[in-house]
Amino acid sequence: MGNRQEILLTGAGGQGLILASIVLAQAAVNDNKNVVQTQSYGPEARGGASMAGVIIDIDTIEYPKVVNPTILLCLNQASFTKYLPRIKKIGECVVIVDSTFVSGPFRDEYKVKSYPITRMAKEEIGKEVVANMLALGVLNASTNIIDREIFRESIFELAPKGSGELNQKAFDLGYSLYKHGSGQNKEETIQNSQ
Amino acid sequence: MPETKPVLMQGNEACAEGAISAGVRFYAGYPITPSTEVAEKMAVRLPDLGGVFIQMEDEIASMAAVIGASIGGMRALTATSGPGFSLKQENIGYAIMAEIPCVIVNVQRMGPSTGVPTAPSQGDVMQARWGTHGDHPVIVFSPASVYETYYLTIAAVNLSQKLRQPVILLLDEVVGHMREKVTIPKDSKLMVEKASDKVPADWKPYDDKGLAPLVPFGFGHYYHVTGLFHDQYGFPTGDPPQVERSLERIHEKLMKYRDEVILTNYIGHKEPRVVIITYGCTVRSARAVVKKAYWNNRMPVGLLSLQTLWPFPDKEVKEVARKADVIIVPEMNMGQIVGEVERHVKDEAEVVPLNRYDGEMISPDQISEMIGRWLA
Amino acid sequence: MASIDHLTKDFLRTKKLPHIWCPGCGNGIVTAALVRAIERADFDQRDVVIVSGIGCSSRAAGYLNFNTLHTTHGRALAFATGLKMARPELIIYVIMGDGDCSAIGGNHFIHSARRNIDLNAIVVNNHIYGMTGGQHSPLTPGGKKATTAPRGTLEREFKLLELARGAGATFGARGNAAQPRQLEQLIARAANHKGFSVVEALSPCPIAYGRRNKLGGPVDMLKEMKENSISIERASRKEQSELEGKTITGVLFDEDVPEYASEYYKSIGKSIPVRDNG
Repeated sequence: MGNRQEILLTGAGGQGLILASIVLAQAAVNDNKNVVQTQSYGPEARGGASMAGVIIDIDTIEYPKVVNPTILLCLNQASFTKYLPRIKKIGECVVIVDSTFVSGPFRDEYKVKSYPITRMAKEEIGKEVVANMLALGVLNASTNIIDREIFRESIFELAPKGSGELNQKAFDLGYSLYKHGSGQNKEETIQNSQ
Repeated sequence: MPETKPVLMQGNEACAEGAISAGVRFYAGYPITPSTEVAEKMAVRLPDLGGVFIQMEDEIASMAAVIGASIGGMRALTATSGPGFSLKQENIGYAIMAEIPCVIVNVQRMGPSTGVPTAPSQGDVMQARWGTHGDHPVIVFSPASVYETYYLTIAAVNLSQKLRQPVILLLDEVVGHMREKVTIPKDSKLMVEKASDKVPADWKPYDDKGLAPLVPFGFGHYYHVTGLFHDQYGFPTGDPPQVERSLERIHEKLMKYRDEVILTNYIGHKEPRVVIITYGCTVRSARAVVKKAYWNNRMPVGLLSLQTLWPFPDKEVKEVARKADVIIVPEMNMGQIVGEVERHVKDEAEVVPLNRYDGEMISPDQISEMIGRWLA
Repeated sequence: MASIDHLTKDFLRTKKLPHIWCPGCGNGIVTAALVRAIERADFDQRDVVIVSGIGCSSRAAGYLNFNTLHTTHGRALAFATGLKMARPELIIYVIMGDGDCSAIGGNHFIHSARRNIDLNAIVVNNHIYGMTGGQHSPLTPGGKKATTAPRGTLEREFKLLELARGAGATFGARGNAAQPRQLEQLIARAANHKGFSVVEALSPCPIAYGRRNKLGGPVDMLKEMKENSISIERASRKEQSELEGKTITGVLFDEDVPEYASEYYKSIGKSIPVRDNG
């Protein structure tokens, strides 16, 4: 069971989390791993809460729902508040939050890493919609679960026609954000990235 | 290198792809959560294959159109969920009576009524069996994974054609919506032969002697199709011996091909004390438990998963009951298949239901805990 | 004109006769008009399909020697839609009663009209549910009695052809059992029309409708039907006030609008097979 990664991607509807989860799952397939992707469905297409789970394993995956998250991504405050308590192995689960929308509280034992994901997407790329791919860049840079090149190709494969390179650029920006902008809390991250 | 590369696919998409592989070229449906992706996939794929996609005015019309297309010689499928499945029942009965092949997919959601449209459930097991009126035969499959959805859809289409019998594919929201890695064979020879106008000289559309092929309309064989009890040529009859024989015949044809109709799988200990019997997405939770309990710890535990729910796999259940002390039946409902298990197990073993009906999957922990109680 | 022998031998399942209809019922007259119309149109018998719903008139399918499909109550048009889409080369007649078509089957009726799919609907309108013994239908005229309207119905009736036209049907005609030659011509014209066509065939039900409403016997009902009718050609030369209480017969509308099945096949780049009769 040591290989098993249980990833929760959470935020608001419209932030592209479902697509991000599909891209992540496709990347896992392309990287010859077993994968199951699930998502929570609400009646609203925009706004509301959005959550997707991706389980990646070398072994066959039976129970398809995330029980014991090893990676948690939160793109808004509501999801951070809701899903942080789902973590069972506190300190072992990688917690990545978007400081544009999430303001804590960041208790030390959770080792929350905060990055200005949406703000960077807007400022550096000029498009907020690619925040999801930027988040995947940060996520993969932090955890190395998928080969970086395979991940980039998967993004190109699934991106809407004509936007492949832009989405790859966002993914790469996630890597540099991880390298330069990681912080244990929000204040630090914002200062670093400014 | 294999020619086919693994892909990420959703259960509902796999259902559509399986149907296409099995030669389905007609889809009629009405939008309903959580089955809509089947229709959306068919709407994209069928026109390119020279097939027909039509969104009908309601669920009843969709079922009717599928039967109409099948009589025209096109392999036809429709997909829906609980409320739509309720509406389709009368015409499902018609297809059973008139022996028109077709496949009905029900991606189960939480009911009754509008219920929780996006929450999973296995509450339609008995409706799939007894939803339409009268003493009718049914075939119901229930897949546990995306790949199983693909191949059971193919099996459903082929069996439906072969037996001239509607087949119901009972998915649940978990299997319908989850995405998994699957490898779909390319250019597979999965299709059985096409409908043909070539018939033996003594062909009767409802031959007393057994299975007659369906000859589509438009080839000069002027038979009658009706939901009334009918004679060998399809014409209405109320003659008691003919009515009785006719009803028996449509039941017998399923049992004649029992090996192809009833699909189950047993994994686990050879001499189990505790056996789990389940189906659909709940198989996954049970398998996770058996993997740990039997594979890792050699505990006397087994799992009988039912790909076919109806006709009920009575022999298979009796066989495990002879070995086991306890049979646990987890279901995402208030207890539907468990009654059937009890009916066949009788006093051979203790039958224990494990039910969950809050719109969430039964977890492996729930099942382990139950097993623990009996093995302690 | 074909001999009556040819029509009965080839197009009727004589072994299935006598039919189940009551003496004085108009269903036989309408069915005969349909048979002659098919003969007149000179279709290949193999291409003709009769689809029907549930009710007295829908039993006609069992007596006609074609591929015949007797469906569920109200759903004949939906079955026919599937068949037409799968096999667009087939010529499909859909026989329905007034309750079958406009009550339980009302949704399929308006949507078939909206799609303008090439089905030939023949609505045998006897103003009553006959098979179940005389309950009022959406085409029972206001005030008329039925077992479920013992004091006369308070409901208003559908104007079936106006409903069809409003929903998008492109051919609408009305005939009656008292004037079978005209009815035959109307059914023949409807089948040659490309698109959804409706022929409303008024037909007497002396047992379940006439008796209860004191309309006399079969002969009286047919006579009144004939006297109350006026063809659209003659009606066009009359003042509105002179048409009070009259039923207009003939082709009420006939429009040329793209047909659904052929548009669909065109859109997927597939041609519709044509039978080679050589």
